[in-house]
Amino acid sequence: MIAAIVVIAGLAALFGLLLGYAAVRFRTAGDPVVDRIDALLPQTQCGQCSFAGCRPYAEAILAGEADINRCPPGGEATIRALADLLERDPKPLDPDSGELKPRMVAVIDEPACIGCTLCIQACPVDAILGAGKQMHTVIARECTGCELCVAPCPVDCIDMIEEPVTLKTWKWPKPANPTETAFTRAAGQK
Amino acid sequence: MAEASEPDGNRIHQGSGTKVSQPRLWHFHGGLKLDARTARAAAEPLATVPVPPRLILPLTQHVGQPAEAIVAVGERVLKGQPIARPSGYIAAKVHATSSGTIVAITDHPVPHPSGLSAPCIVIETDGQDERWDGYEPLPHYGELSANELRARVRAAGVVGLGGAAFPTAVKLGAGSGMKLLILNGAECEPYICCDEVLLRERAGEVVTGAQVLMRALEIFRCCVAIEEDKVLARRALEKVIESAGESRIEVISVPAIYPEGGERQLIKVLTGEEVPARGVPPDIGYLCQNVGTAAAVARAVLYGEPLVSRIVTVTGDGVARPRNLEVRLGTPIAALVEACGGYTDQAAHLLMGGAMMGFPLPDDSLPVIKGTNCIVVASREEIRPRTPSMPCIRCGECAEVCPAQLLPQQLYWHARSGELDQLEEYHLFDCIECGSCDVACPSQLPLTQYFRYAKTELWSRDRDRARADVARDRFEARRGRLEAEQEVRRRRLEEKTRAAERARGDEGARKAMIDEALERVQARRDQDGRDGTDSER
Repeated sequence: MIAAIVVIAGLAALFGLLLGYAAVRFRTAGDPVVDRIDALLPQTQCGQCSFAGCRPYAEAILAGEADINRCPPGGEATIRALADLLERDPKPLDPDSGELKPRMVAVIDEPACIGCTLCIQACPVDAILGAGKQMHTVIARECTGCELCVAPCPVDCIDMIEEPVTLKTWKWPKPANPTETAFTRAAGQK
Repeated sequence: MAEASEPDGNRIHQGSGTKVSQPRLWHFHGGLKLDARTARAAAEPLATVPVPPRLILPLTQHVGQPAEAIVAVGERVLKGQPIARPSGYIAAKVHATSSGTIVAITDHPVPHPSGLSAPCIVIETDGQDERWDGYEPLPHYGELSANELRARVRAAGVVGLGGAAFPTAVKLGAGSGMKLLILNGAECEPYICCDEVLLRERAGEVVTGAQVLMRALEIFRCCVAIEEDKVLARRALEKVIESAGESRIEVISVPAIYPEGGERQLIKVLTGEEVPARGVPPDIGYLCQNVGTAAAVARAVLYGEPLVSRIVTVTGDGVARPRNLEVRLGTPIAALVEACGGYTDQAAHLLMGGAMMGFPLPDDSLPVIKGTNCIVVASREEIRPRTPSMPCIRCGECAEVCPAQLLPQQLYWHARSGELDQLEEYHLFDCIECGSCDVACPSQLPLTQYFRYAKTELWSRDRDRARADVARDRFEARRGRLEAEQEVRRRRLEEKTRAAERARGDEGARKAMIDEALERVQARRDQDGRDGTDSER
């Protein structure tokens, strides 16, 4: 009887220690689900979802404070990916958060820039280069097209332009209506 | 090797057995027996296109990073002078293809399915065709190391001339210890016969090229694959090999089945081995080069001549006299058509590439680039408009002909409904876009276009994801920096509060603090006055 109690208690203590050790040793930093949601977001950091960046939005989605359809830069693809991940139904983009747009990039009209640094402070990804009373410029490769720099500019010298398509970024169009395709490669057919 | 007995044997016809010691060949899966349509163009001898008044040389004529211009507008250049340097490992030099003056470095429409413009160097030629002698001829290449030969091939801007335009020097960097060098002379796509004419007229260059490549790769065996119906080309090549006493090179006739010219398909036919999906031929000990590339390598090494011209087939019922032309790169297509006696009344479509993988061109002002093997000016009868597509009936014809052994109909369903993740599971990226499934489809579905669309869409998604990762890192870095700054400010404030509390009641200490603060303000004012600028904040 006593032996059984000792054995069971011993086992319980042993497993308790093991579990305790594992909890410390294999601790996962942060919330992996938030990371997975965040990974699906386009990282524009534009705040159109009404949160201060993509990660806060991801946290809000997980907490149930925000819906999955509030990310205009991500568009339909992001909504569908989020719906898949969270096992919810995809829904159309919330019109309150903004509208679907092609990817844009900010361009500073450099002669007009007065060097006020306000856009630099607004840029969430440090993609604007410049110093006080010096001309600023946008590092186009790093610009996410969030438009947050446009409003603070006191001289209105920042424009959003559509990102130009190059040979590298060009995409074959989806055959919209197969009946309208131009050619058949008739070689070999009589 | 089990594939040797594929069910669609009715489509595949093995070599007719006219050759004496034909080694055993295998089959690749699927494929189509197509009408070659090369008789007229191949019958004519090779001709040269005169120097055009203007040469347009795109900076991207190869797979990989665009080249960077190293000349300025107004500069005079000579034929063969480098005008753009590679900007990465997978890139190729661009050379002036005749002497003249650089008149512009600007965006110009380039031959590409997108019809987009890309940076080009425009040369106004002076008609003297003066040669630049910057590369020393290396006739004793046998004494050079593999690295030296590879450096020359890279300097000469040689890329794969079979159409893919992959930088040859990169391919030569695959390492030594390979079993076999395969020279690909099996151009199986309808209309294209530039390799056939090259072999017929310049077999010597191809053989020398093979010898140089074998030296550069430290390979001791080479085989040249030629389609069985190209008897003259084979004979010319065999004659040169015989007179050179070259026992390492073997000529092999292969049956003419499209797309046998694909390197994976050719390797399968010649060796029975399959290149792994997502792998490259050197993984299994083979290296494939186009015969035209071999000739270009020979010229680069023997004569120090960079890649400034190539052979282009100009054909179709839309030109008066279809033939093969040696063309300076950058020559507008109009000049090629002129060299073929101009357009006929039937000219209706302009294609670059063959009948299966070629793409339509908007006009004939576009230049010939390194990868241009064929220009087709087709009549209305040659290329019919696609009859309206019907729904997929899941007949499976496409899977029967697919040389990559994919399931095109399955890919089609997923591509059509935008389920791009599924496509990767069905090995979309093993599709070689040969167009066989398009021809086989009884419902006339534009399958290949769906696959091209899906591929570019997936690449774009990967690019976006990579950019998003960078943006995330930058966002976090900025947040970290701002937080750290705030922390420092908070701590300083705390310290000050503490100091003020300590100083309360002690008049001397308080005065010292006030003085110190005033001094700080004065110092900052002085500094502002001196340089008149300010940091970010």
